[in-house]
Amino acid sequence: MSLVIEKVEKRFTDFAALKGVSLEAPDGAFLALLGPSGSGKTTLLRILGGLENADLGHVSFAGLDWLTIPARERRAGFVFQQYALFRHMTVAKNIAFGLEVRPARQRPARAEIKRRVEELLSLVQLEGLGGRYPSQLSGGQRQRVALARALAIEPRMLLLDEPFGALDAKVRKELRGWLKGLHTRLGLTTVFVTHDQEEALELGDLVAVMNEGRIEQIGPPGVLINAPATPFVADFLEDALARSPDTNLRSLVRARTIK
Amino acid sequence: MTRPLAPTKDHPLVRWTLTAVALGFIGLFLVLPLVVVFHDALGDGLTAALAAIREPDAIAAIQLTLTAAAIAVPLNAIFGIAASWAIAKFDFAGKGFLVTLIDLPFSVSPVVSGLIYVLVFGLQGWLGPWLAEHDVKIIFALPGIVLATVFVTFPFVARELIPLMTDQGRDEEEAAVSLGASGWATFRRVTLPNIKWGLLYGVLLCNARAMGEFGAVSVVSGHIRGLTDTMPLHIEALYNDYQYSAAFAVASLLALLALVTLVLKSLLEWHFAEEISAAHHH
Ligand SMILES: Nc1ncnc2c1ncn2[C@@H]1O[C@H](COP(=O)(O)OP(=O)(O)OP(=O)(O)O)[C@@H](O)[C@H]1O
Ligand SMILES: [Mg+2]
Repeated sequence: MSLVIEKVEKRFTDFAALKGVSLEAPDGAFLALLGPSGSGKTTLLRILGGLENADLGHVSFAGLDWLTIPARERRAGFVFQQYALFRHMTVAKNIAFGLEVRPARQRPARAEIKRRVEELLSLVQLEGLGGRYPSQLSGGQRQRVALARALAIEPRMLLLDEPFGALDAKVRKELRGWLKGLHTRLGLTTVFVTHDQEEALELGDLVAVMNEGRIEQIGPPGVLINAPATPFVADFLEDALARSPDTNLRSLVRARTIK
Repeated sequence: MTRPLAPTKDHPLVRWTLTAVALGFIGLFLVLPLVVVFHDALGDGLTAALAAIREPDAIAAIQLTLTAAAIAVPLNAIFGIAASWAIAKFDFAGKGFLVTLIDLPFSVSPVVSGLIYVLVFGLQGWLGPWLAEHDVKIIFALPGIVLATVFVTFPFVARELIPLMTDQGRDEEEAAVSLGASGWATFRRVTLPNIKWGLLYGVLLCNARAMGEFGAVSVVSGHIRGLTDTMPLHIEALYNDYQYSAAFAVASLLALLALVTLVLKSLLEWHFAEEISAAHHH
Protein backbone atom coordinates (compact mmCIF):
# COMPACT_ATOMS: atom_id res chain seq x y z
CA MET A 1 0.00 0.00 0.00
CA SER A 2 2.99 2.31 -0.10
CA LEU A 3 3.94 5.02 -2.57
CA VAL A 4 6.46 3.74 -5.09
CA ILE A 5 7.90 6.06 -7.72
CA GLU A 6 10.00 4.38 -10.38
CA LYS A 7 12.28 6.09 -12.88
CA VAL A 8 9.99 9.01 -13.58
CA GLU A 9 11.26 11.31 -16.32
CA LYS A 10 9.92 14.61 -17.58
CA ARG A 11 11.16 16.92 -20.31
CA PHE A 12 9.95 20.40 -21.09
CA THR A 13 10.70 21.06 -24.76
CA ASP A 14 14.42 21.80 -24.35
CA PHE A 15 14.95 20.96 -20.71
CA ALA A 16 15.00 17.75 -18.69
CA ALA A 17 13.24 18.63 -15.44
CA LEU A 18 13.24 15.07 -14.04
CA LYS A 19 15.96 12.64 -15.06
CA GLY A 20 14.75 9.39 -13.61
CA VAL A 21 13.33 9.82 -10.14
CA SER A 22 12.74 6.76 -7.97
CA LEU A 23 11.69 6.62 -4.35
CA GLU A 24 9.59 4.65 -1.95
CA ALA A 25 7.58 5.83 1.02
CA PRO A 26 5.38 3.77 3.33
CA ASP A 27 1.66 4.37 3.64
CA GLY A 28 0.95 7.33 5.88
CA ALA A 29 4.43 8.78 5.43
CA PHE A 30 5.17 12.47 5.70
CA LEU A 31 7.61 12.86 2.82
CA ALA A 32 9.50 16.09 2.30
CA LEU A 33 10.90 16.92 -1.13
CA LEU A 34 13.81 19.22 -0.45
CA GLY A 35 16.05 20.86 -3.00
CA PRO A 36 17.27 24.13 -4.47
CA SER A 37 15.15 26.16 -6.86
CA GLY A 38 14.69 24.48 -10.22
CA SER A 39 15.59 21.00 -8.98
CA GLY A 40 12.24 19.57 -10.12
CA LYS A 41 10.28 19.38 -6.87
CA THR A 42 7.14 21.03 -8.15
CA THR A 43 7.30 19.04 -11.36
CA LEU A 44 7.36 15.75 -9.43
CA LEU A 45 4.51 16.90 -7.20
CA ARG A 46 2.41 17.97 -10.19
CA ILE A 47 2.98 14.57 -11.79
CA LEU A 48 1.72 12.92 -8.62
CA GLY A 49 -1.31 15.19 -8.69
CA GLY A 50 -2.01 14.49 -12.36
CA LEU A 51 -1.51 18.11 -13.41
CA GLU A 52 1.48 17.14 -15.54
CA ASN A 53 2.14 13.95 -17.48
CA ALA A 54 5.36 12.01 -16.95
CA ASP A 55 7.20 11.09 -20.15
CA LEU A 56 8.45 7.83 -18.70
CA GLY A 57 8.25 5.93 -15.46
CA HIS A 58 5.75 4.35 -13.20
CA VAL A 59 4.04 5.23 -9.93
CA SER A 60 2.02 2.91 -7.78
CA PHE A 61 0.05 4.02 -4.79
CA ALA A 62 -2.55 2.26 -2.67
CA GLY A 63 -2.28 -0.67 -5.03
CA LEU A 64 -3.22 1.50 -8.02
CA ASP A 65 -1.35 2.23 -11.24
CA TRP A 66 -1.38 5.87 -10.20
CA LEU A 67 -0.29 7.66 -13.39
CA THR A 68 -3.00 6.05 -15.50
CA ILE A 69 -5.77 7.55 -13.38
CA PRO A 70 -7.04 10.91 -14.73
CA ALA A 71 -6.33 13.84 -12.41
CA ARG A 72 -9.97 14.38 -11.53
CA GLU A 73 -10.41 10.80 -10.41
CA ARG A 74 -7.20 10.58 -8.46
CA ARG A 75 -8.44 12.25 -5.30
CA ALA A 76 -5.05 13.75 -4.61
CA GLY A 77 -5.57 16.78 -2.39
CA PHE A 78 -3.33 19.41 -3.96
CA VAL A 79 -2.40 22.59 -2.10
CA PHE A 80 -0.85 25.13 -4.42
CA GLN A 81 1.99 27.43 -3.56
CA GLN A 82 -0.13 30.49 -4.33
CA TYR A 83 -3.20 28.76 -2.81
CA ALA A 84 -5.25 29.08 -6.05
CA LEU A 85 -8.44 29.68 -4.09
CA PHE A 86 -11.52 30.41 -6.20
CA ARG A 87 -11.57 34.16 -5.86
CA HIS A 88 -15.23 34.65 -6.65
CA MET A 89 -16.42 32.12 -4.06
CA THR A 90 -16.72 32.47 -0.33
CA VAL A 91 -14.51 30.38 1.92
CA ALA A 92 -17.38 27.96 2.55
CA LYS A 93 -18.04 27.60 -1.18
CA ASN A 94 -14.36 27.02 -1.81
CA ILE A 95 -14.29 24.20 0.70
CA ALA A 96 -17.55 22.69 -0.58
CA PHE A 97 -16.40 22.77 -4.21
CA GLY A 98 -15.00 19.25 -4.39
CA LEU A 99 -18.24 17.86 -2.97
CA GLU A 100 -20.56 19.95 -5.11
CA VAL A 101 -18.98 18.93 -8.41
CA ARG A 102 -19.46 15.26 -7.73
CA PRO A 103 -21.89 13.46 -10.02
CA ALA A 104 -25.44 13.65 -8.65
CA ARG A 105 -25.45 10.09 -7.37
CA GLN A 106 -22.31 10.52 -5.26
CA ARG A 107 -23.01 14.06 -4.11
CA PRO A 108 -23.86 14.43 -0.43
CA ALA A 109 -27.12 16.19 0.44
CA ARG A 110 -26.94 19.94 0.90
CA ALA A 111 -27.23 19.73 4.67
CA GLU A 112 -24.49 17.13 4.79
CA ILE A 113 -22.17 19.33 2.70
CA LYS A 114 -22.87 22.22 5.04
CA ARG A 115 -22.04 20.08 8.04
CA ARG A 116 -18.78 18.86 6.47
CA VAL A 117 -17.75 22.43 5.64
CA GLU A 118 -18.33 23.47 9.26
CA GLU A 119 -16.33 20.51 10.43
CA LEU A 120 -13.42 21.35 8.13
CA LEU A 121 -13.55 25.03 9.09
CA SER A 122 -13.12 24.07 12.70
CA LEU A 123 -10.40 21.57 11.80
CA VAL A 124 -8.36 24.37 10.24
CA GLN A 125 -9.38 26.76 13.02
CA LEU A 126 -11.33 29.17 10.85
CA GLU A 127 -14.74 28.91 12.50
CA GLY A 128 -17.02 31.77 11.55
CA LEU A 129 -15.01 32.86 8.49
CA GLY A 130 -17.02 30.77 6.00
CA GLY A 131 -18.78 33.82 4.57
CA ARG A 132 -15.63 35.75 3.69
CA TYR A 133 -14.01 35.97 0.29
CA PRO A 134 -10.38 34.87 -0.12
CA SER A 135 -9.32 38.48 -0.66
CA GLN A 136 -10.52 39.26 2.86
CA LEU A 137 -8.18 36.74 4.51
CA SER A 138 -4.57 36.85 5.65
CA GLY A 139 -1.96 34.66 3.97
CA GLY A 140 -1.97 32.10 6.76
CA GLN A 141 -5.76 31.91 6.72
CA ARG A 142 -5.82 31.42 2.93
CA GLN A 143 -3.31 28.65 3.34
CA ARG A 144 -5.58 26.87 5.76
CA VAL A 145 -8.62 27.33 3.51
CA ALA A 146 -6.63 25.74 0.69
CA LEU A 147 -5.85 22.83 2.97
CA ALA A 148 -9.46 22.45 4.10
CA ARG A 149 -10.60 22.51 0.47
CA ALA A 150 -8.15 19.73 -0.38
CA LEU A 151 -9.22 17.70 2.64
CA ALA A 152 -12.90 17.99 1.77
CA ILE A 153 -12.62 15.44 -1.04
CA GLU A 154 -11.33 12.85 1.43
CA PRO A 155 -8.08 12.63 -0.49
CA ARG A 156 -6.05 9.48 -0.84
CA MET A 157 -2.88 11.53 -0.53
CA LEU A 158 -2.06 15.11 0.29
CA LEU A 159 0.28 17.11 -1.95
CA LEU A 160 1.60 20.42 -0.64
CA ASP A 161 3.74 22.77 -2.74
CA GLU A 162 5.77 25.05 -0.49
CA PRO A 163 2.78 25.39 1.79
CA PHE A 164 4.39 28.06 3.94
CA GLY A 165 6.50 29.71 1.26
CA ALA A 166 4.66 33.01 1.24
CA LEU A 167 4.27 33.40 5.00
CA ASP A 168 6.37 35.21 7.57
CA ALA A 169 8.65 33.31 9.92
CA LYS A 170 6.37 33.38 12.92
CA VAL A 171 3.24 32.15 11.12
CA ARG A 172 5.37 29.52 9.36
CA LYS A 173 6.53 28.17 12.65
CA GLU A 174 2.99 28.00 14.04
CA LEU A 175 1.49 26.36 10.98
CA ARG A 176 4.33 23.87 10.80
CA GLY A 177 3.55 22.48 14.23
CA TRP A 178 -0.14 22.50 13.44
CA LEU A 179 0.35 20.64 10.15
CA LYS A 180 2.49 18.02 11.86
CA GLY A 181 -0.27 17.50 14.42
CA LEU A 182 -2.87 17.26 11.68
CA HIS A 183 -0.83 14.64 9.86
CA THR A 184 -0.46 12.60 13.01
CA ARG A 185 -4.20 12.80 13.53
CA LEU A 186 -5.31 11.98 9.97
CA GLY A 187 -2.51 9.62 9.00
CA LEU A 188 -2.73 10.69 5.32
CA THR A 189 0.24 9.97 3.07
CA THR A 190 1.60 13.46 2.55
CA VAL A 191 4.20 14.76 0.10
CA PHE A 192 5.32 18.30 0.67
CA VAL A 193 7.76 20.43 -1.26
CA THR A 194 10.09 22.90 0.37
CA HIS A 195 13.46 24.48 -0.20
CA ASP A 196 13.85 25.20 3.50
CA GLN A 197 16.19 22.60 5.04
CA GLU A 198 15.07 23.22 8.56
CA GLU A 199 11.41 22.83 7.64
CA ALA A 200 12.03 19.57 5.76
CA LEU A 201 14.04 18.01 8.58
CA GLU A 202 11.63 19.08 11.28
CA LEU A 203 8.43 18.03 9.51
CA GLY A 204 9.30 15.10 7.31
CA ASP A 205 9.68 11.62 8.64
CA LEU A 206 11.29 10.96 5.27
CA VAL A 207 13.28 13.58 3.40
CA ALA A 208 14.22 13.30 -0.26
CA VAL A 209 16.96 15.70 -1.31
CA MET A 210 16.62 16.66 -4.97
CA ASN A 211 19.15 18.27 -7.25
CA GLU A 212 18.96 18.92 -10.99
CA GLY A 213 16.13 16.51 -11.63
CA ARG A 214 17.50 13.65 -9.57
CA ILE A 215 17.13 12.41 -6.02
CA GLU A 216 20.46 12.66 -4.28
CA GLN A 217 19.38 10.85 -1.16
CA ILE A 218 16.25 9.80 0.65
CA GLY A 219 15.99 8.84 4.28
CA PRO A 220 14.86 9.89 7.74
CA PRO A 221 16.24 13.28 8.85
CA GLY A 222 18.72 11.72 11.25
CA VAL A 223 20.30 9.59 8.54
CA LEU A 224 20.60 12.52 6.15
CA ILE A 225 22.39 14.59 8.73
CA ASN A 226 24.64 11.85 10.04
CA ALA A 227 25.40 10.08 6.81
CA PRO A 228 24.96 12.34 3.79
CA ALA A 229 25.36 10.16 0.71
CA THR A 230 26.82 12.83 -1.56
CA PRO A 231 28.84 16.00 -1.13
CA PHE A 232 25.82 17.90 -2.42
CA VAL A 233 23.61 16.66 0.42
CA ALA A 234 26.28 17.40 2.99
CA ASP A 235 26.76 20.95 1.71
CA PHE A 236 23.09 21.63 1.22
CA LEU A 237 22.16 20.61 4.75
CA GLU A 238 25.19 21.82 6.66
CA ASP A 239 25.07 25.56 6.06
CA ALA A 240 21.43 25.87 6.87
CA LEU A 241 21.53 23.70 9.96
CA ALA A 242 24.54 25.33 11.50
CA ARG A 243 22.54 28.57 11.47
CA SER A 244 19.30 27.01 12.59
CA PRO A 245 17.69 28.41 15.73
CA ASP A 246 16.41 24.90 16.45
CA THR A 247 18.74 23.58 19.14
CA ASN A 248 17.87 19.94 18.49
CA LEU A 249 18.94 20.13 14.89
CA ARG A 250 21.99 22.20 15.73
CA SER A 251 23.23 19.75 18.29
CA LEU A 252 22.76 16.92 15.80
CA VAL A 253 24.99 18.71 13.34
CA ARG A 254 27.52 19.56 16.01
CA ALA A 255 27.63 15.98 17.22
CA ARG A 256 28.40 14.88 13.68
CA THR A 257 31.11 17.48 13.15
CA ILE A 258 32.86 16.43 16.35
CA LYS A 259 32.66 12.78 15.32
CA MET B 1 1.37 83.49 -0.19
CA THR B 2 4.16 81.05 -1.16
CA ARG B 3 2.92 78.01 0.67
CA PRO B 4 5.22 75.10 -0.29
CA LEU B 5 3.48 72.37 -2.26
CA ALA B 6 3.43 68.78 -1.06
CA PRO B 7 6.01 66.89 -3.07
CA THR B 8 3.47 64.49 -4.52
CA LYS B 9 0.93 67.18 -5.43
CA ASP B 10 1.01 68.92 -8.76
CA HIS B 11 0.53 72.65 -8.95
CA PRO B 12 -3.23 73.44 -8.90
CA LEU B 13 -2.85 75.25 -12.20
CA VAL B 14 -1.58 72.04 -13.78
CA ARG B 15 -4.46 70.04 -12.39
CA TRP B 16 -7.07 72.55 -13.54
CA THR B 17 -5.57 72.86 -16.97
CA LEU B 18 -5.48 69.10 -17.46
CA THR B 19 -9.05 68.67 -16.22
CA ALA B 20 -10.26 71.52 -18.41
CA VAL B 21 -8.52 70.09 -21.48
CA ALA B 22 -9.98 66.62 -20.86
CA LEU B 23 -13.51 67.92 -20.27
CA GLY B 24 -13.29 70.31 -23.19
CA PHE B 25 -12.14 67.56 -25.47
CA ILE B 26 -14.89 65.19 -24.38
CA GLY B 27 -17.49 67.93 -24.69
CA LEU B 28 -16.38 69.03 -28.13
CA PHE B 29 -15.83 65.64 -29.72
CA LEU B 30 -18.23 63.35 -27.89
CA VAL B 31 -21.07 65.21 -26.20
CA LEU B 32 -21.65 68.02 -28.69
CA PRO B 33 -22.17 65.75 -31.73
CA LEU B 34 -24.62 63.63 -29.72
CA VAL B 35 -26.55 66.72 -28.68
CA VAL B 36 -26.62 67.92 -32.28
CA VAL B 37 -27.94 64.54 -33.44
CA PHE B 38 -30.81 64.62 -30.96
CA HIS B 39 -31.46 68.33 -31.58
CA ASP B 40 -31.60 68.02 -35.35
CA ALA B 41 -33.79 64.95 -35.11
CA LEU B 42 -36.47 67.20 -33.68
CA GLY B 43 -35.96 69.86 -36.36
CA ASP B 44 -39.36 69.06 -37.93
CA GLY B 45 -40.99 68.32 -34.59
CA LEU B 46 -41.46 65.20 -32.52
CA THR B 47 -44.30 63.78 -34.66
CA ALA B 48 -42.16 63.92 -37.81
CA ALA B 49 -39.27 62.26 -35.98
CA LEU B 50 -41.50 59.46 -34.72
CA ALA B 51 -43.00 59.02 -38.18
CA ALA B 52 -39.50 58.68 -39.67
CA ILE B 53 -38.84 55.82 -37.28
CA ARG B 54 -42.23 54.14 -37.84
CA GLU B 55 -41.99 54.24 -41.60
CA PRO B 56 -41.75 50.67 -43.14
CA ASP B 57 -38.22 51.00 -44.56
CA ALA B 58 -37.00 52.29 -41.21
CA ILE B 59 -38.65 49.43 -39.37
CA ALA B 60 -37.11 46.94 -41.80
CA ALA B 61 -33.70 48.52 -41.23
CA ILE B 62 -34.12 48.38 -37.45
CA GLN B 63 -35.17 44.75 -37.63
CA LEU B 64 -32.24 43.88 -39.89
CA THR B 65 -29.75 45.60 -37.60
CA LEU B 66 -31.13 43.88 -34.51
CA THR B 67 -31.17 40.49 -36.25
CA ALA B 68 -27.60 40.82 -37.48
CA ALA B 69 -26.43 41.86 -34.02
CA ALA B 70 -28.44 39.08 -32.38
CA ILE B 71 -26.57 36.52 -34.50
CA ALA B 72 -23.14 38.13 -34.63
CA VAL B 73 -22.77 39.00 -30.95
CA PRO B 74 -23.41 35.51 -29.49
CA LEU B 75 -21.18 33.98 -32.18
CA ASN B 76 -18.37 36.35 -31.32
CA ALA B 77 -18.88 35.80 -27.61
CA ILE B 78 -18.39 32.06 -28.15
CA PHE B 79 -15.47 32.47 -30.58
CA GLY B 80 -13.93 35.06 -28.27
CA ILE B 81 -14.15 32.85 -25.20
CA ALA B 82 -12.78 29.85 -27.10
CA ALA B 83 -9.88 31.80 -28.58
CA SER B 84 -8.91 33.51 -25.34
CA TRP B 85 -9.25 30.25 -23.42
CA ALA B 86 -6.89 28.53 -25.85
CA ILE B 87 -4.44 31.42 -25.85
CA ALA B 88 -4.40 32.01 -22.11
CA LYS B 89 -4.56 28.48 -20.79
CA PHE B 90 -2.63 26.35 -23.26
CA ASP B 91 0.71 26.41 -25.01
CA PHE B 92 0.67 25.45 -28.65
CA ALA B 93 2.57 26.14 -31.84
CA GLY B 94 1.35 29.19 -33.73
CA LYS B 95 -0.05 30.94 -30.67
CA GLY B 96 1.64 34.25 -31.51
CA PHE B 97 0.22 34.05 -35.00
CA LEU B 98 -3.30 33.49 -33.67
CA VAL B 99 -3.01 36.55 -31.43
CA THR B 100 -1.97 38.65 -34.41
CA LEU B 101 -4.79 37.22 -36.47
CA ILE B 102 -7.36 38.24 -33.88
CA ASP B 103 -6.29 41.85 -34.30
CA LEU B 104 -6.64 41.68 -38.06
CA PRO B 105 -10.17 43.12 -38.22
CA PHE B 106 -8.98 46.15 -36.25
CA SER B 107 -6.11 46.85 -38.60
CA VAL B 108 -7.83 46.12 -41.90
CA SER B 109 -10.20 48.79 -43.21
CA PRO B 110 -13.82 47.58 -42.91
CA VAL B 111 -14.36 48.29 -46.58
CA VAL B 112 -11.57 45.89 -47.43
CA SER B 113 -13.06 43.21 -45.15
CA GLY B 114 -16.37 43.63 -46.93
CA LEU B 115 -14.69 43.33 -50.31
CA ILE B 116 -13.01 40.10 -49.22
CA TYR B 117 -16.43 38.57 -48.67
CA VAL B 118 -17.61 39.78 -52.04
CA LEU B 119 -14.51 38.20 -53.60
CA VAL B 120 -15.20 34.90 -51.88
CA PHE B 121 -18.98 34.65 -51.98
CA GLY B 122 -19.97 37.16 -54.67
CA LEU B 123 -21.33 36.07 -58.02
CA GLN B 124 -17.90 36.51 -59.65
CA GLY B 125 -16.13 35.21 -56.52
CA TRP B 126 -14.48 31.83 -55.78
CA LEU B 127 -17.57 30.21 -54.37
CA GLY B 128 -20.03 32.35 -56.34
CA PRO B 129 -20.94 29.87 -59.11
CA TRP B 130 -21.31 26.97 -56.66
CA LEU B 131 -23.51 29.06 -54.37
CA ALA B 132 -25.64 30.25 -57.29
CA GLU B 133 -26.09 26.67 -58.43
CA HIS B 134 -27.33 25.66 -55.00
CA ASP B 135 -29.48 28.76 -54.70
CA VAL B 136 -27.69 30.09 -51.62
CA LYS B 137 -27.62 33.85 -51.34
CA ILE B 138 -24.89 35.32 -49.18
CA ILE B 139 -23.85 38.61 -50.71
CA PHE B 140 -26.62 41.24 -50.85
CA ALA B 141 -28.52 39.23 -48.23
CA LEU B 142 -28.67 38.66 -44.48
CA PRO B 143 -25.88 36.01 -44.36
CA GLY B 144 -23.39 38.40 -45.95
CA ILE B 145 -24.35 41.19 -43.56
CA VAL B 146 -23.96 38.85 -40.60
CA LEU B 147 -20.59 37.57 -41.87
CA ALA B 148 -19.26 41.08 -42.35
CA THR B 149 -20.50 42.10 -38.91
CA VAL B 150 -18.94 39.04 -37.29
CA PHE B 151 -15.63 39.75 -38.97
CA VAL B 152 -15.48 43.39 -38.01
CA THR B 153 -16.54 42.85 -34.39
CA PHE B 154 -14.54 39.68 -33.74
CA PRO B 155 -11.72 41.25 -31.67
CA PHE B 156 -13.90 42.95 -29.04
CA VAL B 157 -14.60 39.96 -26.80
CA ALA B 158 -11.26 38.23 -27.37
CA ARG B 159 -9.28 41.45 -26.80
CA GLU B 160 -11.09 41.98 -23.53
CA LEU B 161 -10.63 38.42 -22.29
CA ILE B 162 -7.09 37.48 -23.33
CA PRO B 163 -5.26 39.79 -20.89
CA LEU B 164 -7.77 39.00 -18.15
CA MET B 165 -7.45 35.23 -18.54
CA THR B 166 -3.69 35.36 -18.98
CA ASP B 167 -3.45 37.40 -15.82
CA GLN B 168 -5.59 34.95 -13.87
CA GLY B 169 -3.46 32.01 -14.99
CA ARG B 170 -4.40 28.35 -14.84
CA ASP B 171 -4.11 27.77 -11.11
CA GLU B 172 -7.80 27.87 -10.30
CA GLU B 173 -8.66 25.55 -13.19
CA GLU B 174 -5.98 23.11 -12.07
CA ALA B 175 -7.30 23.27 -8.53
CA ALA B 176 -10.82 22.56 -9.80
CA VAL B 177 -9.69 19.54 -11.79
CA SER B 178 -7.70 18.15 -8.88
CA LEU B 179 -10.84 18.52 -6.77
CA GLY B 180 -12.68 16.31 -9.21
CA ALA B 181 -14.44 18.79 -11.50
CA SER B 182 -15.04 17.85 -15.13
CA GLY B 183 -13.90 20.14 -17.93
CA TRP B 184 -17.37 21.60 -18.32
CA ALA B 185 -17.89 22.06 -14.57
CA THR B 186 -14.51 23.78 -14.35
CA PHE B 187 -15.48 26.15 -17.13
CA ARG B 188 -18.93 26.90 -15.78
CA ARG B 189 -18.05 27.20 -12.10
CA VAL B 190 -14.54 28.64 -12.19
CA THR B 191 -13.52 30.14 -15.52
CA LEU B 192 -16.81 31.79 -16.49
CA PRO B 193 -17.48 33.51 -13.16
CA ASN B 194 -13.93 34.83 -13.16
CA ILE B 195 -14.28 36.42 -16.58
CA LYS B 196 -17.94 37.42 -16.52
CA TRP B 197 -17.36 41.16 -16.11
CA GLY B 198 -14.75 41.28 -18.82
CA LEU B 199 -17.03 39.18 -20.98
CA LEU B 200 -19.98 41.48 -20.38
CA TYR B 201 -17.92 44.52 -21.25
CA GLY B 202 -16.61 42.86 -24.41
CA VAL B 203 -20.10 41.80 -25.42
CA LEU B 204 -21.52 45.30 -24.91
CA LEU B 205 -18.76 46.89 -26.98
CA CYS B 206 -19.17 44.19 -29.59
CA ASN B 207 -22.90 44.83 -29.69
CA ALA B 208 -22.51 48.59 -29.99
CA ARG B 209 -20.14 48.15 -32.88
CA ALA B 210 -22.24 45.42 -34.52
CA MET B 211 -25.26 47.72 -34.63
CA GLY B 212 -23.19 50.66 -35.81
CA GLU B 213 -20.97 49.01 -38.44
CA PHE B 214 -21.10 50.85 -41.73
CA GLY B 215 -18.16 50.16 -44.03
CA ALA B 216 -18.02 46.38 -44.31
CA VAL B 217 -21.78 46.02 -44.27
CA SER B 218 -22.16 48.71 -46.89
CA VAL B 219 -20.02 46.70 -49.33
CA VAL B 220 -21.90 43.41 -48.93
CA SER B 221 -25.41 44.78 -48.46
CA GLY B 222 -26.28 45.99 -51.92
CA HIS B 223 -28.36 48.82 -50.41
CA ILE B 224 -31.80 47.45 -51.19
CA ARG B 225 -34.17 49.67 -49.27
CA GLY B 226 -36.47 47.86 -46.92
CA LEU B 227 -34.52 44.66 -47.49
CA THR B 228 -30.75 44.87 -47.03
CA ASP B 229 -30.35 48.34 -45.56
CA THR B 230 -29.26 48.27 -41.92
CA MET B 231 -29.83 51.28 -39.68
CA PRO B 232 -26.53 53.00 -40.51
CA LEU B 233 -27.09 52.40 -44.24
CA HIS B 234 -30.67 53.64 -43.98
CA ILE B 235 -29.47 56.78 -42.24
CA GLU B 236 -27.00 57.45 -45.03
CA ALA B 237 -29.66 56.87 -47.67
CA LEU B 238 -32.03 59.31 -45.95
CA TYR B 239 -29.24 61.85 -45.61
CA ASN B 240 -28.33 61.57 -49.27
CA ASP B 241 -32.00 62.15 -50.10
CA TYR B 242 -31.85 65.43 -48.16
CA GLN B 243 -34.28 64.07 -45.56
CA TYR B 244 -32.14 65.49 -42.80
CA SER B 245 -34.47 65.31 -39.83
CA ALA B 246 -35.57 61.77 -40.71
CA ALA B 247 -31.90 60.79 -40.95
CA PHE B 248 -31.21 62.33 -37.58
CA ALA B 249 -34.29 60.70 -36.07
CA VAL B 250 -33.07 57.22 -37.00
CA ALA B 251 -29.55 58.24 -35.96
CA SER B 252 -30.91 59.25 -32.56
CA LEU B 253 -32.44 55.83 -32.15
CA LEU B 254 -29.13 54.18 -33.02
CA ALA B 255 -27.32 56.45 -30.58
CA LEU B 256 -29.93 55.65 -27.94
CA LEU B 257 -29.35 51.92 -28.37
CA ALA B 258 -25.66 52.51 -27.79
CA LEU B 259 -26.33 54.68 -24.75
CA VAL B 260 -28.64 52.05 -23.31
CA THR B 261 -25.88 49.45 -23.46
CA LEU B 262 -23.51 51.82 -21.66
CA VAL B 263 -26.07 52.65 -18.99
CA LEU B 264 -26.78 48.94 -18.56
CA LYS B 265 -23.10 48.28 -18.03
CA SER B 266 -22.75 51.08 -15.47
CA LEU B 267 -25.81 49.87 -13.60
CA LEU B 268 -24.48 46.31 -13.40
CA GLU B 269 -21.07 47.55 -12.28
CA TRP B 270 -22.63 49.70 -9.61
CA HIS B 271 -24.89 46.93 -8.40
CA PHE B 272 -22.12 44.32 -8.18
CA ALA B 273 -19.26 46.63 -7.19
CA GLU B 274 -18.23 44.49 -4.23
CA GLU B 275 -18.15 41.28 -6.19
CA ILE B 276 -16.17 42.89 -9.00
CA SER B 277 -13.50 44.15 -6.66
CA ALA B 278 -13.31 40.72 -5.03
CA ALA B 279 -12.68 39.20 -8.43
CA HIS B 280 -9.79 41.51 -9.15
CA HIS B 281 -7.91 41.89 -5.89
CA HIS B 282 -6.81 38.48 -4.84
N1 LIG C 1 5.91 24.33 -17.99
C1 LIG C 1 7.27 24.35 -18.06
N2 LIG C 1 7.86 24.60 -19.23
C2 LIG C 1 9.22 24.62 -19.34
N3 LIG C 1 10.05 24.41 -18.31
C3 LIG C 1 9.51 24.17 -17.10
C4 LIG C 1 8.09 24.13 -16.91
N4 LIG C 1 7.85 23.86 -15.60
C5 LIG C 1 9.05 23.74 -15.02
N5 LIG C 1 10.05 23.92 -15.90
C6 LIG C 1 11.49 23.84 -15.63
O1 LIG C 1 11.77 22.63 -14.96
C7 LIG C 1 12.70 22.83 -13.92
C8 LIG C 1 12.15 22.31 -12.62
O2 LIG C 1 11.07 23.12 -12.25
P1 LIG C 1 10.27 22.96 -10.89
O3 LIG C 1 9.18 23.94 -10.89
O4 LIG C 1 9.92 21.53 -10.73
O5 LIG C 1 11.40 23.36 -9.84
P2 LIG C 1 11.27 23.50 -8.26
O6 LIG C 1 12.25 22.53 -7.68
O7 LIG C 1 9.87 23.39 -7.83
O8 LIG C 1 11.82 24.96 -8.02
P3 LIG C 1 11.30 26.11 -7.00
O9 LIG C 1 11.87 25.77 -5.67
O10 LIG C 1 11.91 27.35 -7.57
O11 LIG C 1 9.81 26.11 -7.03
C9 LIG C 1 13.01 24.32 -13.89
O12 LIG C 1 14.27 24.53 -14.50
C10 LIG C 1 11.91 24.93 -14.68
O13 LIG C 1 12.39 26.05 -15.40
MG1 LIG D 1 8.38 24.80 -7.07
